[in-house]
Amino acid sequence: MTTATEARPRALPATAPLPSLLTTGLGRGRIELKTFFREREAVVFIFALPAVLLLLLGSIFNSEHVNVPGVTTGQLYAAGMIAGGVMATSFQYLGISVASERDQGMLKRLYGTPLPPAAYFIGKIIQVFVCVIAEVALLMVVGVAFYHLHLPSTPGKWLALVWICLLGGTACALLGLGASSLARSARSASPVITLPFLVLEFISGIFVPFSDVPRPLQDVAAIFPLKWIAQGLRSVFLPPQAAALEPAHSFQTGRVALVLVVWVAAGLILCIRTFRWQTRR
Amino acid sequence: MANDVAVRVEGLRKRYGDTSAVDGVELEIGRGEVFALLGPNGAGKTTTVEILEGFRQRDGGVAEVLGEDPGRAGRAWRARIGIVLQLAAAGPELTVREMIRHFAGFYPRPRDPDEVIALVGLDEQAGKRISALSGGQARRVDVALGIVGRPELLFLDEPTTGFDPGARRQFWELVRALAAEGVTILLTTHYLEEAEALAGRLAVLAGGRVVATGTPAALGGTNRPSRVSWDSADGHRTVQTPTPARVVADLARQAGGEVPGLTVTRPTLEDTYLELIGEPA
Repeated sequence: MTTATEARPRALPATAPLPSLLTTGLGRGRIELKTFFREREAVVFIFALPAVLLLLLGSIFNSEHVNVPGVTTGQLYAAGMIAGGVMATSFQYLGISVASERDQGMLKRLYGTPLPPAAYFIGKIIQVFVCVIAEVALLMVVGVAFYHLHLPSTPGKWLALVWICLLGGTACALLGLGASSLARSARSASPVITLPFLVLEFISGIFVPFSDVPRPLQDVAAIFPLKWIAQGLRSVFLPPQAAALEPAHSFQTGRVALVLVVWVAAGLILCIRTFRWQTRR
Repeated sequence: MANDVAVRVEGLRKRYGDTSAVDGVELEIGRGEVFALLGPNGAGKTTTVEILEGFRQRDGGVAEVLGEDPGRAGRAWRARIGIVLQLAAAGPELTVREMIRHFAGFYPRPRDPDEVIALVGLDEQAGKRISALSGGQARRVDVALGIVGRPELLFLDEPTTGFDPGARRQFWELVRALAAEGVTILLTTHYLEEAEALAGRLAVLAGGRVVATGTPAALGGTNRPSRVSWDSADGHRTVQTPTPARVVADLARQAGGEVPGLTVTRPTLEDTYLELIGEPA
């Protein structure tokens, strides 16, 4: 132990307070947003893709007729694609990015610091909400500019837009965090997350009007949140007579809220049970 | 005095299924020491270190790091240690300075980020994205993130794997500079010359146990049997002896002058190490 005594033991550091949860959480949020908008994959495939798809689908099917007066196919696609955009920026992005962070050791590295674990999640919440709001705004602009989408006409409808995006985004974000554990590596994350998302978009009335989806697939879609987000958003953006297009001939906004709240609760339990800071050995 | 002990490990055990990864490890590391943990792959080095870092829970034994149980210690304890993980994570789309500043924000008394950048020799890369750095430069970012919180104890897990000789020497200088500041360093390495160059003491791990502890000089050194070999009338002979001078004197007397083919070898650290881990030298 000769060398042990050579170096002088360091004095204990003066006690300085640890940075607060708020400070570190906001710091995480800033870094998450910076990273998101600098990642080409995120900006192109998560953020811009729903707008591109809306332009494509809207133009291709615009001539198709809807059996309800005063409703156009373009409006149906615009409302649906806003729902798809909410899920892309929450579920798809979180699922892929958290799987990569875990595989590349970023989560483990953060866990090894005094960062409060909750600050990490606050950062994700900030990032997801800013991105969801920006995404919805972008798609609304495209919808209004090209497809006669009407902005919500009453304060009540604006409020509905907010709570549907808030609850839907939260439910999908939690599902994304849970799904990130299914991917074994950063490389496999994109297909593992994107494939089920694409299937849901097809059967939930995003790529195909919901009334055209076969009944059994409609029933499957009704298990997951995307169908309900889309339905809720149709109630916000389409005239009341469009309710005739819904399977229940009503927008069922009460049920939309209920299903989304249940998914938020289920997603929270899923995350608490499955979230890991490191890959399994 | 307990205050002079940075790390104390007694009878540490960890099993994965039926295999014992760590099987009764004993260690004591004083404050201010640079201590190296040597051993082949699968010897239990990483598991031991990850238990001490608080990443894994032990199955048995005592572990005390800076006076606390790493399995239970909280944020204040994390603020006093620094961890440089084995893997060099793929960099996010952040610059070196942004990343180091961000991590500095997790600690109560961080070092000045620019000072840390200078210390690890990344001044010229400070404004570059981490994703654009070379492997060796990215590794220095890892080290910078490990020391930005002004740790009392720094864990370095195989820090120079994949470095060219020049980069390794620079890195050694950095470790010596930190040690001179009084930082306790626990280093795991595959490279014997690295342990020899940096560590005041080292422990050799094999099969989940400590098979030897001591200074590099003692383990490689003078109080181990030397090997004397020469050409006799019956061919080449070799003997192992703790008293090589006496053997040589006897040989010289018998030969009545020069002894043909005479060599005396002291065991190197490498010889001792290979013997300890049960590999043929």
